[in-house]
Amino acid sequence: MAELLTKLPRRRTVLLASLLALGMTATACSAPGEDRSSTQKSDAAVKTELGTDPITLEMYAETGFPLAKALADEFSKQHSNVKFNIREDQFTVIVENAPRVMASDNSPDIIRLPTMVDLVKDDLLKNLDPYFTAYGWDKFPASQLMQLRVGENTRGTGSLYGMGLGYSVTGVFYNKKLAGQIGMTQPPATVAEFEELLAKAKTGGVQPIMQFNKNTAGINFPHQALQNQFGDPTQVADWIFQKPGATFDTPAALKATQTIQKWAQAGYFTKDANALDYAGMVGEFQKGNGLFMFNGDWESANLDKSMPGNVGFFLFPTESPGGKHVAMSAPNTFGVSAKAKNPDAAAYFLNWVHTNAKAREISVTVGGSSPGGPSDLPVPSAAPNTVLAETLKASQQLGAENGAVDFTANATGGIFAAAITPEMQKLIAGQQTPEGYVKAVQAEYQKELSR
Amino acid sequence: MTSALGSAPTGRDDRRVRPTPTRAHRFRWARAAGTGWLYVLPALVMYAVFVLRPLVLTLQYSLYDWNGIGVARWVGLDNYLTVFTDSDLLKIIGNAIVLIVFFSFIPVALGLLVASMVRRITTGTFGTVVRTILFLPQVIPLVAAGIAWSWLLSSNGLINQVLRAVGLGGVARAWLGDFDTALPAVGVIGAWVLLGLCTILLVTGMSKIDPALYEAARLDGAGPVREFLAVTLPSLRQEIGVCLTVTIIAALASFDIVYISTSGGPGLQTTVPGLEIYRLAFSQRQVGLASALAVVLMLLVLACVLPIQRLSRGEKP
Repeated sequence: MAELLTKLPRRRTVLLASLLALGMTATACSAPGEDRSSTQKSDAAVKTELGTDPITLEMYAETGFPLAKALADEFSKQHSNVKFNIREDQFTVIVENAPRVMASDNSPDIIRLPTMVDLVKDDLLKNLDPYFTAYGWDKFPASQLMQLRVGENTRGTGSLYGMGLGYSVTGVFYNKKLAGQIGMTQPPATVAEFEELLAKAKTGGVQPIMQFNKNTAGINFPHQALQNQFGDPTQVADWIFQKPGATFDTPAALKATQTIQKWAQAGYFTKDANALDYAGMVGEFQKGNGLFMFNGDWESANLDKSMPGNVGFFLFPTESPGGKHVAMSAPNTFGVSAKAKNPDAAAYFLNWVHTNAKAREISVTVGGSSPGGPSDLPVPSAAPNTVLAETLKASQQLGAENGAVDFTANATGGIFAAAITPEMQKLIAGQQTPEGYVKAVQAEYQKELSR
Repeated sequence: MTSALGSAPTGRDDRRVRPTPTRAHRFRWARAAGTGWLYVLPALVMYAVFVLRPLVLTLQYSLYDWNGIGVARWVGLDNYLTVFTDSDLLKIIGNAIVLIVFFSFIPVALGLLVASMVRRITTGTFGTVVRTILFLPQVIPLVAAGIAWSWLLSSNGLINQVLRAVGLGGVARAWLGDFDTALPAVGVIGAWVLLGLCTILLVTGMSKIDPALYEAARLDGAGPVREFLAVTLPSLRQEIGVCLTVTIIAALASFDIVYISTSGGPGLQTTVPGLEIYRLAFSQRQVGLASALAVVLMLLVLACVLPIQRLSRGEKP
């Protein structure tokens, strides 16, 4: 570099140096982020009336999931003074964009949320406690909103920062025709039975599991399904909620990882799982190229359309017969931005989604998920003999058994991209040991929390 | 242009007054120079705002631990220390260097070969068709190229179908999802994209070589190989320099092809600095570390490209 500078004509060097010095002076006066004004406004007074003034609610939602738009359209139909301006992106893009979009002057009113702790720490999310009181959301089952609470650097307790547009449940979808071929007459009751079915499928020439693992580790679904069963799910939840002392390096996680590696070695996942993305997985499953697919009820309505009558769903079985079901289940979380221009209308909309009969019906038929809300409101029914009806039933069963656990991928903002995805890809390719996997995930977790 | 304006004979006066640098003359020159700057100003402003300012900001951010939103913490050179000691980041930089072989050396070598072959058919409709076909990958957006190649290289894609059809089913695999083949597969996509550019540049360069040189070589008894080594290659020094510069930058700064075809996986096998900078900054919110990696990448590009620039200009190394 020094040699390069000596070769440059002196005038040019002086010009370059002064330009850089000028730039450095102009930008180095303050540390980045120091000039940010506080965005949190007073939460003292909230309105629960929508009024008749024209309002445009800015919404930032996930593309490919038509629920948010369907609800917005119905809301505008019922309240003609409210219009929605919806921006859609893929979930991973929202995860990356959310902090900057919410910190900008054009912050949306309602936004689909990735992980929440960082956003709360940076004062980007509106505290919904005043609305909780004003609307009487204490009539909702407390467990429903638990995942949406953020306390002192942990989730699960503290103030409410989001609401769900539907409350999803994950489990296993299966191709009924292929199930018949291998003699599966009913969903497996234990993990061992499930593994027997996998072996039968493999020997019968049927691809046992169709699971994506490309840009985001879809094999984390079966991994967590096993992890939830092999130990106390509270441990898993504590880790996700960043409770002090929680660790991923547990016997349950290790056993789950060993099982995943065993399944990979047995050829239960496709050989190209690491090159298969989410859309590819669903496409292959719809083509009848796999017996099982670990996925969530958000795909029910789509599967009912593409393979009517040929798909079943069950909650991942327990380790011993008759045990309590535990499944990854999370709200389709939406929050109100701290800089929202119409926070009262946004909260009104969120309350309406949970309590309006038509909105609840849309949550079921379009979103494929339980609408949540007060326990005394009926859950709209889905058409019989559909996989939607099955996922809805599973959701109610899980609620009754109190077995909902959030996704390990939601533990921190970067854990999925930085650790779970690359390490899971290594694991199923035999490039990582199960012990190495749990340690690598925990190491990244600690690194992130220490920042 | 400015000097031409400044010293141009004025017609009516130049018979009586010699064009010495009078005050009026200097003023006119300065005015002309000022006009010149005025023309450049819009571009200069854009350059300052969109190139210089981000460059300086990146340098500044690289000295902080910052999540992009909250208040940053001064860490000095710690981020650079991380870049040079973190085994994952070193592997990622190593991946980019491997890609230079595929993005740069292969297209240039193949480009020379193809250009030598198509040199004689550069005129007429056939020549136009050949050039168009060769240049096509450059026109296709890299994202589209990445998607198309992902299909071709998938386990049931065309390439594996062909392999199975000719009895090489044992070799078939998910090329972009396999730890051993993912990086070379990404490299092949890059080589395909850049081959056309190199070929067209080299064909253009070849068309400028004086035919007399070839004639002389042939009279001296040179065969096609000798002719290529003694005449074509030395004459193409500058074109090869341009090709290497463009393709090495493409290799080191690659993003689109990798993001679309593998997203950096499996594991970190195909992750390149461009992708990691984006991930660190936007996904993991480590703006400081991302900036430090960006600065290191910029220096790496300069370290690779500056010697080539000097060599291709014919200066002493």
